[in-house]
Amino acid sequence: MKKSGIIGGVVAVLLVGGAAAAFAIAWRPPIAAIEPAAKRSFDPAEVKRGRELAALGNCNSCHTVRGGKNFAGGLPVPTPFGTVFSSNITPDPETGIGRWPEEAFRRAMRAGVDREGRHLYPTFPYDHFTNVSDDDDRALYAFLMTREAVRVSAKQNQLSFPFDHRVMIAGWKLLFLHAGAYKPDTSKSAEWNRGAYLVEGLAHCGACHTPRNALGAEQTTASFAGGDVDNWRAYPINAESPAPVPWDADALYTYLRDGFQPDHGTARGPMAEVVSNLSAVPAGDVRAIATYMADVFGAPSPVRKLQGETVLAQAKQNAAPPPESEGGKIYAAACAGCHDSGRPPPYGGIHLGLSTAISAGDPRNLANIVLSGVAPVEGERSPIMPGFAVSMNDRELAALLGYLRLRFSRQPAWSDLERTIAEARRTQTAYVQNSAGPTNAPADPAQRDKP
Amino acid sequence: MTTLKVNGRDHQVDAEPDTPLLYVLRDDLKLNAAKFGCGLGQCGSCTVIVDGKAVLSCVTPLVLLEGKQVTTLEGLGNVSAPAPIQRAFIEEQAAQCGYCIAGMMMRAQALLQRVRHPTDEQIRAELGPHLCRCGTHMRIIRAVKRAAQLMDTAALAPTNQGIAR
Amino acid sequence: MNASVILDRRKVLAGGGALIVSFSLTSAFAQDQGAPAPPAPKPPGSLATAPYLDSWIRIDADNTITIFTGKAELGQGFKTAFQQIAAEELDVAFDALKVVTADTKLTANEGYTAGSNSMHNSGVAIQNAAAQVRALLIAEAAKRLAVAADDLRTENGGVIAQDGRRLSYGELVAENMLHVQAQPVSDLKDPATFKVMGQSIPRVDIPAKVTGGAAYVQDLRMPGMAHARVVRPPSYGAQLTDCDAVVIEQMPGVVKVVRDGNFLAVVAEKEFQAIRAMQALAANAKWQESARLPKQDDLPAALMALPSQDKTIFEKNDTSVSGSKTIEATYTRPYQSHGSIGPSCAVAQFVDGAMTVWSHTQGVYPDRAAIAEMLRMPAASIRLIHVEGSGCYGHNGADDAAADAALIAHALPGRPVRVQWMREQEHAWEPFGPAMVTKLKASLDNGGKVADWQFEVWSNTHSMRPGGAGAMLAAQHMAQSIKPPEPKPLPLPEGGGDRNAIPIYKFPNARVVHHFIPDMPVRISAMRALGAYHNVFSIESFMDELALLANTDPVAFRLKHLDDPRGRDVIEKAAKEFGWQRGQQAPPNRGYGFAFARYKNLAAYCAIASEVEVNRETGRARLVRAVAAVDSGQIVSPDGLTNQIEGAIVQSTSWTLYEAVTFDDTRITSIDWQTYPILRFDAVPDRIDVHIINRPGKPFLGSGETGQGPAAASLANAIANATGKRLRNLPLTRKRIKDAIDA
Repeated sequence: MKKSGIIGGVVAVLLVGGAAAAFAIAWRPPIAAIEPAAKRSFDPAEVKRGRELAALGNCNSCHTVRGGKNFAGGLPVPTPFGTVFSSNITPDPETGIGRWPEEAFRRAMRAGVDREGRHLYPTFPYDHFTNVSDDDDRALYAFLMTREAVRVSAKQNQLSFPFDHRVMIAGWKLLFLHAGAYKPDTSKSAEWNRGAYLVEGLAHCGACHTPRNALGAEQTTASFAGGDVDNWRAYPINAESPAPVPWDADALYTYLRDGFQPDHGTARGPMAEVVSNLSAVPAGDVRAIATYMADVFGAPSPVRKLQGETVLAQAKQNAAPPPESEGGKIYAAACAGCHDSGRPPPYGGIHLGLSTAISAGDPRNLANIVLSGVAPVEGERSPIMPGFAVSMNDRELAALLGYLRLRFSRQPAWSDLERTIAEARRTQTAYVQNSAGPTNAPADPAQRDKP
Repeated sequence: MTTLKVNGRDHQVDAEPDTPLLYVLRDDLKLNAAKFGCGLGQCGSCTVIVDGKAVLSCVTPLVLLEGKQVTTLEGLGNVSAPAPIQRAFIEEQAAQCGYCIAGMMMRAQALLQRVRHPTDEQIRAELGPHLCRCGTHMRIIRAVKRAAQLMDTAALAPTNQGIAR
Repeated sequence: MNASVILDRRKVLAGGGALIVSFSLTSAFAQDQGAPAPPAPKPPGSLATAPYLDSWIRIDADNTITIFTGKAELGQGFKTAFQQIAAEELDVAFDALKVVTADTKLTANEGYTAGSNSMHNSGVAIQNAAAQVRALLIAEAAKRLAVAADDLRTENGGVIAQDGRRLSYGELVAENMLHVQAQPVSDLKDPATFKVMGQSIPRVDIPAKVTGGAAYVQDLRMPGMAHARVVRPPSYGAQLTDCDAVVIEQMPGVVKVVRDGNFLAVVAEKEFQAIRAMQALAANAKWQESARLPKQDDLPAALMALPSQDKTIFEKNDTSVSGSKTIEATYTRPYQSHGSIGPSCAVAQFVDGAMTVWSHTQGVYPDRAAIAEMLRMPAASIRLIHVEGSGCYGHNGADDAAADAALIAHALPGRPVRVQWMREQEHAWEPFGPAMVTKLKASLDNGGKVADWQFEVWSNTHSMRPGGAGAMLAAQHMAQSIKPPEPKPLPLPEGGGDRNAIPIYKFPNARVVHHFIPDMPVRISAMRALGAYHNVFSIESFMDELALLANTDPVAFRLKHLDDPRGRDVIEKAAKEFGWQRGQQAPPNRGYGFAFARYKNLAAYCAIASEVEVNRETGRARLVRAVAAVDSGQIVSPDGLTNQIEGAIVQSTSWTLYEAVTFDDTRITSIDWQTYPILRFDAVPDRIDVHIINRPGKPFLGSGETGQGPAAASLANAIANATGKRLRNLPLTRKRIKDAIDA
């Protein structure tokens, strides 16, 4: 990600488009402020629909910070260009969007421009939200305008020159924003299209799961080929998925709706908030997302399918080789008690042979989880895993992770584990520190596995 | 045989390397403070300090403790010479059944060694891994703050002539 | 804690001569010659069943004073409180005595430490016994010093004459001097002169607990002690069909596998060896299970479909009063868990036909009887010694662990055997607080007062104790198994499922029906406050619903219906200290709630006002602050009482917002803190204030359980005030609140 690339891009725009064209792109007119609308003026059915859409869009995950009020913003989002803070989207007239007419809200979603005409940083993923229909924008607007107004001023972004100048964004948009609502693919089913509409739009999965170019935009030729969020790896969710057991529509549906799936594990890290929200939206929408994404994953090759079945069969066996290495001894002593107990997820640790974190190319997520553990959701039945940041030093953690990779995956060893771990420890991910965390815990299994 | 350094002394321990520290402390070294509450890392009753930081001893096997310093509540002080944290909990009467208290105190001690004047928020966040079923939480928070004050007084004492600690 | 010390309560190290006092209980009530003497009035408290003074107090020649109580220290601070009481009445320094608690060899049989009866039973007994011992010592000193008893005073363990001559208690006491029966009336000290009672004395047990001293049954260590773990069945009624004990007995350190029918346990030299062996044994054991649990989703209906014994426990009619506006409501409570932080533990040793068991049972005598029955041994050959465990809040796994240890020790004569339950075992096998349903219906007259009140409660028994051996898992599971006893309702006025079902308010027409359900598909027994938790939750929630209907402030509405002046005092005190204002309006997203009850309608009074904050997006409710007022008669330790009430509020908040035992058709599935979450520090309120109304000279009123019901209702009322929605099904989870807000 090079500064020079971006500057170059904007300069290119200015030169190619000419000053007038550039001005036309860079400047957007303000939309007149309105008096904040009375809450009762909104149709309750619209508000309800907006609530579901907001859950699909994960608005609260970025716009609510730990210890802060709902939708009042303030979450620091680290980017390669500096830290951007999420804004206050409560209907507060002074510090929120209370004076925004619906037209201004729609423009923000569709084109990434605020009421006053300033460009919004694409950290707010309007490159996805542009796909949202006018009707859905209306419902979202109704929902947000009926939230509790919270008077909290936006935090100043910490961006280095020249990114602290919003005019730079105009150039970015010219290159990377394809504005306009989603258009269905008539050769696909209604459910597929619904899923595509949601995934490419509100759910903005690619914002995490697609790699970005030097200018910070998603690489559209590598959709869903994996991305980075904070110090987490958002795994490839296409044919390059590293999951030991291949995903299908049913597994995806269960995972997204319940927060865990027995053959894949429990959603933790930033994904925990996503599934927490998806547990509260209509099941049909989650089913649609699963259908679309199953298509993105594609059907597994026969080889891959067989590998998945083998892994599942092995996971069900109890045979464990006696640990010889230091990593093996640590595993047997600190991890096997839960992860080899046979107690199914979400309350039992997943059998590590099924873990994507161990089979993936990137060990960061595994390092993050082992360091910080999994904290309970307040008052809810939810998984608890202790963190080992204090009881293990970097060398011990590297030995453990190395052992896990060797024993539980068929992939080549990770390199440079100690450095990855030290980095993970040092970064103390912003997510862990600032995120309000998931509200809903993984769903309760209705039936335990009968022996 | 493994050498384990606990409360400043070396101990020869005849236990398998996968034995959780909790059982080594209680069964081999006959120490009482660290308690068995769940053995699953969910309740905090087993908390001790290793190299200055609070750990859950029930999920910390012996194999991870080579060369590290373990401190238990017994290592902080005793009835005739209590440490500030112990005095604070006595003065605040911060216990009902008391079973969770030793673990709380070790976590608090580790916190106070890092942050001398933690806020209520910080104390609550730090004690998140700990359960108290009797509902003594309010007193526990007060005791931690009192311990901070007592540590201040103890720190000042050497410069004040004739003031006993 | 030295097991080899043998103490016999009758042996007193005598000073000089012996004083024999003959004592007739009827002499104070002299009748005409020839007329039969009326039955002697009983001495107060537990002295009625254990009248000899030396059952309670022993004074040695060196002035060592020991107090014996048949009650157990559960973490409520009773040991300290009893020490205070005795020190006060004996006129000795607090530190000059020590207290010995429940031990079948040493102390009186005071049944269970339960029901908030300890002050009433044991505290009163000790108070009176101490006063009478003091009187005896003064009488003896009067004789020796040849002065009138009235010219003597006691101070610091000695009797002092006006001329300054002094005789210490140790010098005065003689063989069997205290082996006299207590009088029905004692000369108790004037509360105005109290030096120790009524003071917040630091608890005697806390120093050891904060310095790693041996303080719990879990800390017991004995020479040659072996470690045992039980392999419990996976579900109720599961039958052990196969297990390979031989391979387990070859594991490192394993001493023995004990198999007796469905009872399966392993004993090893070291604790972790026992755990590893238990895990291996559990993995190779095969069980046959049966699906016999009700549908958790529809528990209230499942409960009410069971056969019940229906009894009207209260009825009042006044046809001159009738109501015009009527409302009704149903409230439900799930099974809830004691959730003791330290899973149950016991040590037992069987030597030469004698069994000693160290346990945190609440009742050493009943537990001894049960173990005797289980082992087919005479009770006299068994000694049960209470050693503190973690807070039990009622009948948890303690008695079962004691039985486990006894059964295993019986199979391993000579060696002390320590049984420690695992967390999952405590969660799955403890007897829970029973699920309950209440239906209420009431009508208001034109003046906005209740004209008619109907209350029905469906519940199991709330106690399976004393139950004999059949109440204990080991006895149920062993080959010659003993069946669980028939459940019986606890009689009123204490009650079980109907505890506090009869309203304390004065209603012109009222009817209360108790539907006692004998069938217990899920294992239950006594849990702190018993039926009072749900009954008070229901009554006090409904009072608020009625107050709303009557357009009356909730506090004013309660006062309109309450005569009891002490009840009125706590209500007014809590309201005042909270800042309760009629017509008040809580800030946005917040609500205020109030509740009041007198535990069992005869123990301590408690009123609680709460402020709650509800996050409308998530439904999360948080207790912001609570203000309580409590009247428990004569206060022994203000700080001890405050500690109990604070704890009750926090614990009840956890029960009320989070807790429900979960199960599928066969197994209990809430088996650890993941699956049975309780309150953590992120939900602790900003402040709790407890205001005590002391009633010097009035009887002690049990306070350990008085806060549970009012805390729950106060919370529910505050949530209703904050959201405008009334929730009636416990627990008041975040999801339920959110659904109610969204509806």
